[in-house]
Parts: sequence; C-alpha cells; structure tokens
Amino acid sequence: MYTSHSKIRSALIGSFCCVALLGCEQQSVESLEPADSGSLVRTRLLTDTQYSNTITHIFGADISESVLPPIPPMERTDGLLASGAAFVGVTSDQISQIQLAAARIAEQVVDQEHRDFLIPCRPESLTTADSACAGLFLSETGRLLLRRPLTEAHLAELVDVADYAASETEDFYNGLALALEAILISPEFVFILETAEADPEQAGRERLDNYSLASRLSFFLWNSPPDDALLVAAENGELHTRDGLERQVDRLLSSDRLQDGIRSFFDDMLAFDEFDSLAKDPIVYPMVTGTTLEHAREQTLRTIIDHLLVQEADYRDLFTTRKTFMSMQLATVYGTATGEGWVPFEFDDDSQRIGLLTHVSFLAANSHPVRSSPTLRGKALRERFLCQKVPDPPPNVDFSALEEAEHAATARERLEVHNSNPSCAGCHLITDPMGLSLENFDGAGIFRQTENGAVLDIAGELDGIFYDDIGGLASAMRDHPKLSACLVNRLYAYGTGGPVSLRYDRDTLSWFEDRFVAENHRLRALLRDLVLSQAFSSVRPIDSGENVNIAAN
Amino acid sequence: MKTLSRRRFLKGTLHGGVVTLGLPLLDVFLNDNGTAFADGTPIPTRFGTWSWGLGMSESIFVPKATGAGFDLPEEIAALAPVQDHINLYTNFHVFKDDAPNLCHHSGWVVLRSGIAPMTRENRPGETIDVAVARQLGNATRFRSLSATATGDVRDSFSYEGGNSVNAPEWSPLRFYQRLFGEDFQDPNAETFTPDPKVMVRKSALTAVQEQATKLEKEVGAADRERLDQYFTGLRDLERRFDLQLTKPDPREACVVLDAPLDLPTGLDADLVSKRHRMMTDLMLMAVACDQTRVFNMFYASAFSATTKPGYDKPHHTATHEEAVDAELGYQPNTSWYTRRAMEEWAYYVNALASFKEGDGNLLDNAFIYATTDQSFAKIHAIDGIPMFSAGTAGGRVKTGLHIDGAGSPGCRLGFTAQRLMGLDIESWGDKSNNTSSEIGEILV
Repeated sequence: MYTSHSKIRSALIGSFCCVALLGCEQQSVESLEPADSGSLVRTRLLTDTQYSNTITHIFGADISESVLPPIPPMERTDGLLASGAAFVGVTSDQISQIQLAAARIAEQVVDQEHRDFLIPCRPESLTTADSACAGLFLSETGRLLLRRPLTEAHLAELVDVADYAASETEDFYNGLALALEAILISPEFVFILETAEADPEQAGRERLDNYSLASRLSFFLWNSPPDDALLVAAENGELHTRDGLERQVDRLLSSDRLQDGIRSFFDDMLAFDEFDSLAKDPIVYPMVTGTTLEHAREQTLRTIIDHLLVQEADYRDLFTTRKTFMSMQLATVYGTATGEGWVPFEFDDDSQRIGLLTHVSFLAANSHPVRSSPTLRGKALRERFLCQKVPDPPPNVDFSALEEAEHAATARERLEVHNSNPSCAGCHLITDPMGLSLENFDGAGIFRQTENGAVLDIAGELDGIFYDDIGGLASAMRDHPKLSACLVNRLYAYGTGGPVSLRYDRDTLSWFEDRFVAENHRLRALLRDLVLSQAFSSVRPIDSGENVNIAAN
Repeated sequence: MKTLSRRRFLKGTLHGGVVTLGLPLLDVFLNDNGTAFADGTPIPTRFGTWSWGLGMSESIFVPKATGAGFDLPEEIAALAPVQDHINLYTNFHVFKDDAPNLCHHSGWVVLRSGIAPMTRENRPGETIDVAVARQLGNATRFRSLSATATGDVRDSFSYEGGNSVNAPEWSPLRFYQRLFGEDFQDPNAETFTPDPKVMVRKSALTAVQEQATKLEKEVGAADRERLDQYFTGLRDLERRFDLQLTKPDPREACVVLDAPLDLPTGLDADLVSKRHRMMTDLMLMAVACDQTRVFNMFYASAFSATTKPGYDKPHHTATHEEAVDAELGYQPNTSWYTRRAMEEWAYYVNALASFKEGDGNLLDNAFIYATTDQSFAKIHAIDGIPMFSAGTAGGRVKTGLHIDGAGSPGCRLGFTAQRLMGLDIESWGDKSNNTSSEIGEILV
C-alpha cells in the first residue's frame, strides 16, 4: 500500500500527473510510484569512457586522448558492463597504470602549452612554492575531479604536497603537477562513491546526498561528471527540491552531452565492446576490414541517437525503420552508393534492410569470423533487446549428429540435424527460428539470396508470432511485449549504477514501463521519469548478501 | 603529524644527497633462491605461465613412453627442439565435485586457482601467479605481467580475486611503451640519476593514503574490501617508487629492442602466432631486464576462436562439429589448431632458453606452468587434462620427462610449483582437487 506521504512525493512526479493527490491509483496511467521504491548506494569504478570524458571536460580532448584510460575491463553483469563497475576491484598492477596516466595528465596540464588557460593564476615565482595560487587551482580542479568540494583539511594537505614538491624540485609547476597527480590516483576520483543521508521528508528512510545525486544524474545522462552548474545546484541543496531538480534535469536533457551519454548506454546495452576485438576472415570477406566494422558500430549508434533524441521517435520503431546513415566504407557492404562522410540514408521499401537487426553491426558481431550463426543472432536478439537469458549448452551435449551435417548447404539444414537431438532442440528453439530469419545476411552482414546455391527459407516465429519474411521478424520484434520492459530495466540499472533486483525493483520497473507506454515510447520522457523518480534518489536498505560481488566465490 | 614527519624525513634525506635509501625492499631479495651471476649477485627465480585452448587429441598427443626420452606423437612433434627443457604431464585429473562442469571454464579455473567454480561468472579467488607474485614480485618494477596473443583485453587467467582481473597487455606497441617507455630504468646504464620527483611523489602518496583511509568508514562491507584492495595497490606504488630510487643491478641479457609495429585485430592463426611471438619477445626481454619475475602468456582463450585460413570453423566450433576421422582416429582440423599451439609453446620455451644468464639461460632459473581448459574438448572432458612445465627453477627440477599422473589431481603441479617458488603451503586446492603431494618425479 502507498503511504500518504509518498503519494505526495510521487504524485508530483511527471508533467501530467493528476492534480488531486488522493485517488490517483484508480487511474490506469497516472498510477503512483511504489512507495518503497529506492535504489542501492553504490561504489562504482569509473568506466574507461567516463575517465576519458572527465579528463576531456576538465582539461581538454588533447590531454585526454594522449592517455589510454587506465581502467580494467568490466565483467558484463546482467547485460551491462556499467553494472560490472559496481563490483570490479582494482589490482595493484592496475593502480600502477592509474598512477602513470595521472602523471602524464598532470604533466601536461601544467606544461607551457596548457598552463595559461587551465590554471587560473600565475605564481609569484616559477621556482618557489606559492600556496595561494596552488590552493586556488587545487580547490577548483579538485572539486570538479572529485565531484564535490574539497574539505579544508584535504585542500590544505594537497597545498602542502604542492608546496613541498615545488620547493624540493625548485619548480612551482612541478609541485602543482604532483598535487594534481595525488588527486588523480585517489580512490575518490577513480571510484564514484555514493553516500546516503537521512531523508528529512521521510522518517526512517535515506536518500543520496546532494553530491552523490549530482554524480548519479550526470553520469547517467552524460556519462560525464557533474559540471560546475550542477555542483552549484548540489551545493545549494536545489537537487532535493522539486523545482531545483527539474531545472537541472531539464538542463542536462537539453545539453549536447546527452547524446554522448545515450550513445554510451546503447554501446553498452548492445555489447558493442565486441567490436574492439572483432575481425572477419579476410579470405571469406575481403571487403570487410577493421574500418568497415568500426563504421558498422558507428552507423547503428548514429541511427539510434537520431531516431530517439533528434527525431524523438518511438523506441520500438528502431526495429522497423529504414532510415539510417551511410559512409563510403559501409556502402560497399550494403551494395549501394553514397557520398563522402556520414550522410542520412534510407533503404528502399523493397530492401531486406529494415530496422536494427538488419544492420551490419548486429549481423556481423553475432556471427563467426567465417560464417553466419543463426544461434548467436537469436541469442543476442533475446539477451540484448528482450533481457532474456539463453542457457549455456549442457556439458555432455552430443555433437555427433552435427558431424553428419558437415555437407548441409544451409544453416537451417545444419541446425535441423542438430535439433533432431531433443536435449539440443529445447534451447535451440529459443534462438534459431528468429536467427534463421536473418540468414539472407552472411557472417559479415552482406546480403545473399542463396547459401551454397540453396535458396534460403527465412520464414520463422518469434514467441507465437509467425511470419514469412524479414519485415515480419522486424514487426514481431517491434511489438514484442518484453521490448519496452527490457529498455526500462537496462536504463534503470545503468542509471542507478548496478543490476536490478527482481525482488525489490519489480513494481518500480513496471511503473516506469507503464509510463513509457503512456508516453508513446519516447526516450526523453522515460529518462525524465527515471531521474525525477523517488527510486533514483531514495536509498533502499540493503538486503544481507545482496550487494556482494556476484562474480566472486 | 605522521604525514609531516614522513615528509620531513624524506626532505632531509634528499637534501643530504643520499639517494639510495636503505628501505625495506632489500629484504625481499632474501626470498630469492638461485645461483649467482659471475659477480656473485644472486640470480632471481622466475615463475611464468602459458596457456593454450581446447586440450588435445589424446591418441596423437600422449606419448607411449613415460620418463626421460619419451616419444613425440605427431600432435606434439613441434616440441622436439625443446623436449629437453620441458616436462609433459598427462593423466592428471580436474575434479568438479558438486560444482557443475562449466564447459571450457572449470578446467582452467581449477588448474589456476585450485577451486572448481560454481557458475560461469564465478572466478577463482586468487590465481597461482598472484600467490607466487607476492613471494617473488616485490623486487621488481612489475609484480607480474600478463600478455595475450589474442588481441583481446578480456583474455586473462590472472585474478587477484573474484572481481579483480590482471588485465593483459594485448597490443605489442602498447606493451612496449609500458615496458620501455620513459619510466624504464636501463639496468645496464652507466649512470644512475634518481628523479627528485619520485621522492616527492612518495610523499604525496602518503597524503593520498591518509585521506583515503577516511573513506572506508563511509562504505559497506563489500565495497570496503575493494577499497582495502586499492590501499594495497597504493602501498605497492610506494614500493615501486622506492625501486626507482635504487640503482638496478646490471643484467647481461637486457637489450632494449626497437618499438614494434602494431598488428590488426583478428584471430587468424598466422596473425595470432605473429602476435604471440611479438608479445613473447617483449615479455621475455622484460624478464631479462628484471622488470618482472612473474609473467603470464596467453596464447589462446578457453573458447579459442582461432581461425584456419579457408576453413569455416574456428577452433572451438571445430572441436565440437568436426567428426573424428575414422581412418586417422582424430579430428584433423582440430588437431591442426592444437599443432599450431604446440609450435607456439616450442617458440616460447626456446625463446626463454635463448636468453643467456650467468652460466646458463633464463630457463635455468625459471619454472613455467602451462595449462589448458579441457582434455578432449569435443565432449568437454576434464579428466586427463594435459599440462606442461618448462625450466629447472634453479636446478631443482628435472626436465625432459613425461609424467603419468595415474588419475591424481592436476593441482599437484600447481602445488609443486608454488613450493618451488618458496611458498610455505602445506596443501593446495579445494575438495577433491586438494593435494599435499608434490610431483616427486620431477624434483632433484
């Protein structure tokens, strides 16, 4: 049941909630956020992109690009690398790399090329300490890097480091660089450490403190740390007022940085990190180079950003849209012509290219280096877009039937042989019928009418919807009842910094989903709902054993 | 205040011009066994690992004879030039007990950590190289180094804990820069000038540590562990700064190479082989220059996706889908992949043997532990999982032997290795993998 207090909080949420505070739950769309919704306080390691974005926004792209982010690979956790950031530990070896990156960055910030516009003061002398100037720089930059103001004691400590280093090396800027390096290797920089405080509006509950909320907002929407204005709002306590929070949220949502943030989210959700090591056999696919694959990733991200943020179109239509972007490198693979650079492009109505599933990115990433794989494609379709888990093959699986399928012309024939074994058929039914519908695209995503001379039968079925052609799969996917829920699930996990809990978050997620549907599946509206919700800023108590590293022994 | 006194201490030291500090790092040298260089300097002991994917074709991999002078069946024929430097271990088992048999996962996890994982996400608590690095790694710039020939940063069998991977170097150029970039101190340089910035860097580190300690109070138990781990890393940095202030001992085999060109991504066997050799050359030069004493080379992942030009099945797919040829009695393409792996193992061992050190070579002072993820990959078998070792660990290990494990735990080799490296452990491994029995046949 909802408490009257949370009714007040929740009813205020959203731009069109009913005016009357009582009785809202009777209205189907205008239902209230569950009273107990809240998320866990997390300690997240910065991801490599967050690290780079931080350095770019504070010190400039040239300095950021000169270092590789010293961040270890994350374990994909419940579909997202970003959720792995809540559990990953940093080894000693990695810390030495963090220190090296810190030293490189700090060295450049104070060099002759950068110091005049990155350091807000000039020292009295180049060869001695200058506490005032060091203090000014360290307090301003430290606040941006650590995403909250430095305490006086902390600042004094850093100034002490700078002064000592300056006098030892007889160089003011050396001193400053060493103090900056100390900030860049501190755990408060490398980890996004959230902290909770008592919620004065709800007795017995906790909420994120101002600065934790500011970081959560900006890393979610921008994949970058809070800027000065957001930190000022946090400092003034505005983020815990309705108006103040809305003002900041609307500012973040209308910023150009939103595209960077949403791009990072979809890059993660679609597991595009695969492209970092993806390659195709050059004998079988001579036209598919590393550049082609990079462009394939970029094409899909451009399509998503344009569709969701520029056109503000229905999320589901990403699976049926023929609009995309084309580059010369990709045009060869798509068998079309285009001009220089990236240009908007629309596939013909009779083309087999319809929606994200027919993009080279999806098709090539979910194939073998030398051939297509209906199973991998079906698995990816379910896991990435519908948040379903396809089980691993059993260890004692008998592959002998497959050996006899060596000379089958098509994947369908091969898999039919495979699926004559009931222990295989169960799982392959989950993936293959929809994967086989994509067989008109080879292992690199290039269109083909036939495979080994055999005509391809691409009729299939997705969870009870039968179809005959690729357009049918696209529509079945667009209308799949889990499609919106999955996006909500992943965005919520991404935004709150860790995997969802089916036990605690189910009602909250379903509430967000209802609103997403009511808002005609518009991403901006969903983002706004998410960040303005109680769930986003209120802390729910941790269940024993819940927040332990799920990957650990 | 602690910070200030530390800083004053360092300040005094620096002004006094004494740069080679008598810091505790010298203690760690005492842990090293080994013979000596010509000038009497002890030669350090090294520990390495090597890994290949997807096991073997038993009928053409396992020699008929055991002991010395064993025959080399066709799948391991490439090992002929290095046979005297290695031991081959067959008929050792990996036990899953009540854990599931996680395809291509349980095998390597047990051999590297001693524990059968419960889920695929479940990582070993701590891998053997990390345990050994605590013993051997304190005197070098890198406690340990890991590199992969796959070009994929996710490919590592080195874990500090369930959630903390030692990410491998995957790009030859990046690896080179990390090893021989501006922080490299050439042990054979005629002059040694400690960088005064390192001294102050140490002092700054104290400030970081003190500030960071306050954070621990603010986080939950699981996150506190992660912060603790971070502090351990910061302490390790301090150790490294100390090393930078100390003149390194000369190393006769240390010759800094030219920077390599980077390679494209991809898993074509020829490309993987090229990458493996570039990474091996860099890694072993790092060892010869005493930049690390613990090193992991990763030739192929457990689900090895190496491809054979013109053949439509990558290695892993081939192991399952290729028929056992009735006449040959094995899977020819799958075996082709394993043979390529054995060529690379031979390259690796030979490369170690080519570094002169004292009166012998690097292998005389090293022990290399080589493992895979399955025995017969087609059916995901982990019984009879093959292993290799190379090197004599300072004359304490006999080589050139084929050892039949008679079904005993594969963890015996890891246990033996850790004992050889000076770890004071009574046993190693969990449940049925637990062993306190060294492989005595190889010990001198």
